[in-house]
Amino acid sequence: MTSPTIDAVLVLEDGRIFRGEAFGAVGETLGEAVFTTGMTGYQETLTDPSYHRQIVVQTAPQIGNTGWNGEDDESTGIQVAGYAVRDPSRRPSNWRSTGSLEDALRTQGVVGIAGIDTRAVVRHLRERGAMRAGVFSGTSLGSDEMLVERVRQSPGMEGADLYGAVTTKTPYVREAVGDKKFTVAALDVGIKFNTPRMMAQRGIEVHVLPADTTFEQLLAVNPDGVFISNGPGDPATADVPVALTRQVLERRIPLFGICFGNQILGRALGRGTYKLRYGHRGINIPVVEHATGRVAITSQNHGFAVEGSAGERFDTPFGTGVVSHTCPNDGCVEGLTGLDFPAFSVQYHPEAAAGPHDAADLFDRFCQLMTDNPVSHGPAGTEESGGRHRLLDQNGGAV
Amino acid sequence: MPRREDIRHVMVIGSGPIVIGQAAEFDYSGTQACRVLRAEGLRVSLVNSNPATIMTDPEFADATYVEPVTPEFVEKVIAAERPDAMLATLGGQTALNTAIALHENGVLERYGVELIGADVDAIQRGEDRLKFKEIVQRVGGDVPRSAVCHSMDEVRAAVGELGLPVVIRPSFTMGGLGSGMAHTDEELERLAGAGLAASPVTEVLIEESVLGWKEFELELMRDHRDNVVVVCSIENLDPMGVHTGDSITVAPAMTLTDREYQHMRDVGIAVLREVGVDTGGCNIQFAIHPETGRLVVIEMNPRVSRSSALASKATGFPIAKIAAKLAVGYTLDEIRNDITGETPAAFEPTLDYVVVKIPRFAFEKFPGADPELTTTMKSVGEAMALGRSFPEAFGKALRSMERSAIGFWTTPDPAAPPTDDEIRTPTDGRIYAVERALRAGRTVDEVAEISGIDPWFLDQIQLLVELRAEIEASPVLDAALLRRAKRAGLSDRQLAAIRPEFAGEDGVRTLRHRLGIRPVYKTVDTCAAEFAAKTPYHYSAYETDPAAESEIAPQTEKPKVLILGSGPNRIGQGIEFDYSCVHAVQALREAGFETVMVNCNPETVSTDYDTADRLYFEPLTFEDVLEVVHAEQRSGHVAGVIVQLGGQTPLGLAQRLTAAGVPVVGTSAAAIDLAEDRGAFGEVLRRAKLPAPAFGTATSFEQAREIADRIGYPVLVRPSYVLGGRGMEIVYDESTLAGYIARATTISPDRPVLVDKFLDDAVEIDVDALCDGEEVFIGGVMEHIEEAGVHSGDSSCTLPPITLGRSVLAAVRTSTEAIAHGVGVRGLLNVQYALHGETLYVLEANPRASRTVPFVSKATAVSLAKAAARIMLGASIADLRAEGMLPQQGDGGELPADAPVAVKEAVLPFNRFRTPSGQGVDPLLGPEMKSTGEVMGIDASFGPAFAKSQAAAYGSLPGEGKVFVSMADRDKRAMVFPVRRLADLGFEVLATEGTAEVLRRHGITTTVVRKHSQKDEGETIVDQILAGDVALIVNTPYGNSGPRVDGYEIRAAAVSRGVPCITTVQGASAAVQGIEAKLRGSIGVRSLQDAHAALKKSRP
Repeated sequence: MTSPTIDAVLVLEDGRIFRGEAFGAVGETLGEAVFTTGMTGYQETLTDPSYHRQIVVQTAPQIGNTGWNGEDDESTGIQVAGYAVRDPSRRPSNWRSTGSLEDALRTQGVVGIAGIDTRAVVRHLRERGAMRAGVFSGTSLGSDEMLVERVRQSPGMEGADLYGAVTTKTPYVREAVGDKKFTVAALDVGIKFNTPRMMAQRGIEVHVLPADTTFEQLLAVNPDGVFISNGPGDPATADVPVALTRQVLERRIPLFGICFGNQILGRALGRGTYKLRYGHRGINIPVVEHATGRVAITSQNHGFAVEGSAGERFDTPFGTGVVSHTCPNDGCVEGLTGLDFPAFSVQYHPEAAAGPHDAADLFDRFCQLMTDNPVSHGPAGTEESGGRHRLLDQNGGAV
Repeated sequence: MPRREDIRHVMVIGSGPIVIGQAAEFDYSGTQACRVLRAEGLRVSLVNSNPATIMTDPEFADATYVEPVTPEFVEKVIAAERPDAMLATLGGQTALNTAIALHENGVLERYGVELIGADVDAIQRGEDRLKFKEIVQRVGGDVPRSAVCHSMDEVRAAVGELGLPVVIRPSFTMGGLGSGMAHTDEELERLAGAGLAASPVTEVLIEESVLGWKEFELELMRDHRDNVVVVCSIENLDPMGVHTGDSITVAPAMTLTDREYQHMRDVGIAVLREVGVDTGGCNIQFAIHPETGRLVVIEMNPRVSRSSALASKATGFPIAKIAAKLAVGYTLDEIRNDITGETPAAFEPTLDYVVVKIPRFAFEKFPGADPELTTTMKSVGEAMALGRSFPEAFGKALRSMERSAIGFWTTPDPAAPPTDDEIRTPTDGRIYAVERALRAGRTVDEVAEISGIDPWFLDQIQLLVELRAEIEASPVLDAALLRRAKRAGLSDRQLAAIRPEFAGEDGVRTLRHRLGIRPVYKTVDTCAAEFAAKTPYHYSAYETDPAAESEIAPQTEKPKVLILGSGPNRIGQGIEFDYSCVHAVQALREAGFETVMVNCNPETVSTDYDTADRLYFEPLTFEDVLEVVHAEQRSGHVAGVIVQLGGQTPLGLAQRLTAAGVPVVGTSAAAIDLAEDRGAFGEVLRRAKLPAPAFGTATSFEQAREIADRIGYPVLVRPSYVLGGRGMEIVYDESTLAGYIARATTISPDRPVLVDKFLDDAVEIDVDALCDGEEVFIGGVMEHIEEAGVHSGDSSCTLPPITLGRSVLAAVRTSTEAIAHGVGVRGLLNVQYALHGETLYVLEANPRASRTVPFVSKATAVSLAKAAARIMLGASIADLRAEGMLPQQGDGGELPADAPVAVKEAVLPFNRFRTPSGQGVDPLLGPEMKSTGEVMGIDASFGPAFAKSQAAAYGSLPGEGKVFVSMADRDKRAMVFPVRRLADLGFEVLATEGTAEVLRRHGITTTVVRKHSQKDEGETIVDQILAGDVALIVNTPYGNSGPRVDGYEIRAAAVSRGVPCITTVQGASAAVQGIEAKLRGSIGVRSLQDAHAALKKSRP
């Protein structure tokens, strides 16, 4: 900290300004200011596509302690629009570390800020909600009025259609580890590396498909199940994936969605979504599964949620659904389950990375769902006799 | 799942006296448990022999038994109370071992008592090292390679396989007692031998060395629906090889990626489930190889531990409270998080600050003890600090230690740069050597290589070194640089040390305030501000961001009172002071004040966010306290700051706080000074015509010699202004006096030495009293069992006195009144007297809460600390009598004839210490205090009360066997009677030749044994003691200065075998009475509530 520093500011759209020094790349960045409360896993967080176009405020006060390594990226690069921390570590220390966090940010052109009272930022966002923000440093600095105006002119998160920007351009396959048991078509609306990895460990051959994949293209991989990933932006804009999901549900192909995928399933089932005031971003968030009463500590990263209340049952064109999981902190919907159709989703991240592994068994449930609901890959349009398939109860177990 | 309906009455087992490895944290956890269970509408009965605890205050349980925490006495309480369930996981290893013993001997089953919150099989799986290792491996975890051994032959075979060095860990001991690292065959023989002896099941684990690996801990909780949360991760700055209680520890873990942390979490949870911890908290320790990342599980504590208390204070997640709720049937999601008030306890706290804990040692109390830190815990206390970065928290913790060095650079550097050995060998204060090495130009990598400390932490210290250089080089200390210095955790005093032109910290503070640089106060809220906090639990931090926020809420309705706590526990200043502070909070809150606690000790009840209305977890330095006062004055009206309840630490601030305009209430700073200044106090005594032992103040050896010649030997010499008798010795001749001056003191005109006439064979009397300026209320008069010369904190005493006549008691009263008025006490006063012949001498007076306040309060059913707090804020003794806080008439100086007799016994930590060559340290008592804690035995008469006190402190007095007697010549006459009585009671008397001759002449059959010095001739008494053949030792040495070899060997052997060893004539007489009571078999149990009710009834 004795090296010369470059001034930087974090400017919020309501005019609140925090002053610190440049961290990572110097320049300007705009995005939605959100905070995440995880104490570990900044590398996974920064490379999580769900943070696309967001300026992430890290509540953990000392960041960069373990540096950067070649193994923990969750996508092809840093995804956040900007990064705000209190105290960056000068010297990383970890046996896997190959470089520093600041170098990674700088190399990838990510503008950040350090030295601000991050807790004050969090309290502000908690009370007033996630909002547009900008980080400016070096030659991008200007008068406060000018910077606030820059921020106000940037697009907000509501109505933002972002998954198209982070999806894979071309399909790719992740081979099953060991004997192949299933084929899954994974719709990438912002998928993290660890998701196909965890599916592959369970004998799943994962076909990761771009967000604009058609139903026919999806069927072409002969999937035993369909997976919808996490992703950035407002689910209300995701009409294309929602339509695709409806086709999958009609075909009664087993379906599992996480995070953005939960919102897409929710919309496909006819439920609305809404923006949370400041969202759930952290790795310590409890989720109650109502069928068992068990609590899982989960990794979460969502600013939007599906409408509904704990245990609520609802009719859909595909059968009856239930709000199977909620967060006891605020009652937010954390999972949906089809009672008589083979689909379920959660708002959190069973692939963790970063975060606890309490929900990893959801991938096993997905396998079970595929085992119990085999898909016959006849010519398109062949009617499935769904009645004889075994379905999930609220517990997610087979009935 | 709601609370179980089949449990209506829970018995809680406390941890007994404060000892190394088991301290105030169990008062904190036990108090929480009692509160929670009573709030659930359950009947709570409690057993704990420690009177200094808040949990044994009668209002925390329906029936409180201040009785020994032993299977024998707990069974008696069970028979009297017939509880449905027993909760023993919140009372440390003592409670758990007692509960297991009662399970194994069938008592629990016989009385139909269910052990809740613990499953005996699970505890044994967790604590049995072999079973535990199997479990870890079964769930896919890794462990150090090892072998379990039950004999020295097995130990040697195991080491043949594993190679040296190895770690030796005895099974079922607390605080790592008896464990250590053996680098050589000699060390192996000694440590493994002692370890086998220390283990109640004669079992040690010999383990592959993971010395130098990174060390981590997880605090976990599980409910009966198998939900598990990790409350806190802790990283040890000191690598493996140092007991975690003796390590500098940091929360959260700082140097783990998410992958590694989650792996640790997965293994921890899998182990917890496989061990089968029923419900509640548990602690698991891990080691990670710094270069390969190999993670091994070291051990688990299947109960609430010291680390749980630390984790609770560090995160705001009250582990013990939640453990108690889980034990009666709730699940984590059914319990509210008190701090947010809205979210459930089923979550994992996240921190937006860094917590550092630093242990407090007391090696200076045990000359000869090896100061190297090992896997046997030796620290006597700890301080914790919170900051927004590691350097900030670390700096605050260092200045909380109550040592001469309060953070880097505050004492002169030694001339030579530190050697590699100083950096390598873990000792108290090694971190100072580390900083000096970095400052001398050693690189972070070099120091990391030598010390094993992670380079991340070292670089954080390197940043301070660089900042220091920048501050030294900067032409002026401008606002930006000063802000950065404060943000890095540097105190005004540290800055003054680097910039001498400020002429001390006051100059730095003046500049800082002029530049508007003050700390902000943040909140511990479990959630990194994600949710609003309802609980005002604050810590200070400096920010450089001009938009930084302070979170102190305005409060203008009630006047505020700040209570300054006592800081880290150490010998001489322990839990007793925390007790008084908590009482002040209770009394003042009830009287309509907003109470604000300032303290830095994570073990205590006072730092529970539930205790005071507001809690500041801050160092108790002048600077930090002044900033808190400022913040609170901005919040509302501060009516007063209380400094006289937290011991010497806050008392020492009285003068400067007063000078700074802070409204210190109670006895004034000037009056405090009057009592502490020997000359001025002597004047008070002269005016009141009270005799004191002749004394003088010396600033050189020549002066000391003149004084001693004038007043006559023996003399008591000590530095002025000390607590706990630091550096105090009884000197019998001039050559010893010269030695003392040369050895023990840095004598100078600022630091004089006091030379007092020592009154041989006097009876010491301790008095606690209240004074409101008009009236004096005697709280209690305690008669010491050991003669004057043994520090009052180490001496056992009895209340009411058992040998003092009415005229003496009347003199005690008039003298105490004269001193209280003469000094100008408003609040508490402690006076020590020595009765020598017919004359009552005044030894000293302390115008503050004393160590004995809780004992007196429990023995007499009057809370002196509560009354003192009220008096300090303006109430009179008459008001308090009218209110019922004090008795309508009379006081503790005149208890009814049928009042119970309470005996306080000190508990000493000698078994923790070894000399570098592995010998025990001398357990001799003297004027320097050495005890860590105390117990109370209470009964209708002295004999059984004394027997209980011994049972509680050391395990029972023996009822039969061999008693070894060795006495100083001057004691021989007085000892004949008690020894004869022991012989009559059936003991076989052993003595060395000279003593045996005397005893035989009195018709006592005596077996002659060899002295240690006759070891060439055959088996000596030391050998017999070590072999476990001796049940009781009476050894009264002459004088108190310098070790006398034979006695030392005998006493050290007694300590290592745990044989009761009595070192005074009076102690021997008391022990005889105790043994008689025990043999009569008539010792019963009685609740404090019952005893208090009877006492109140028989008062006038």
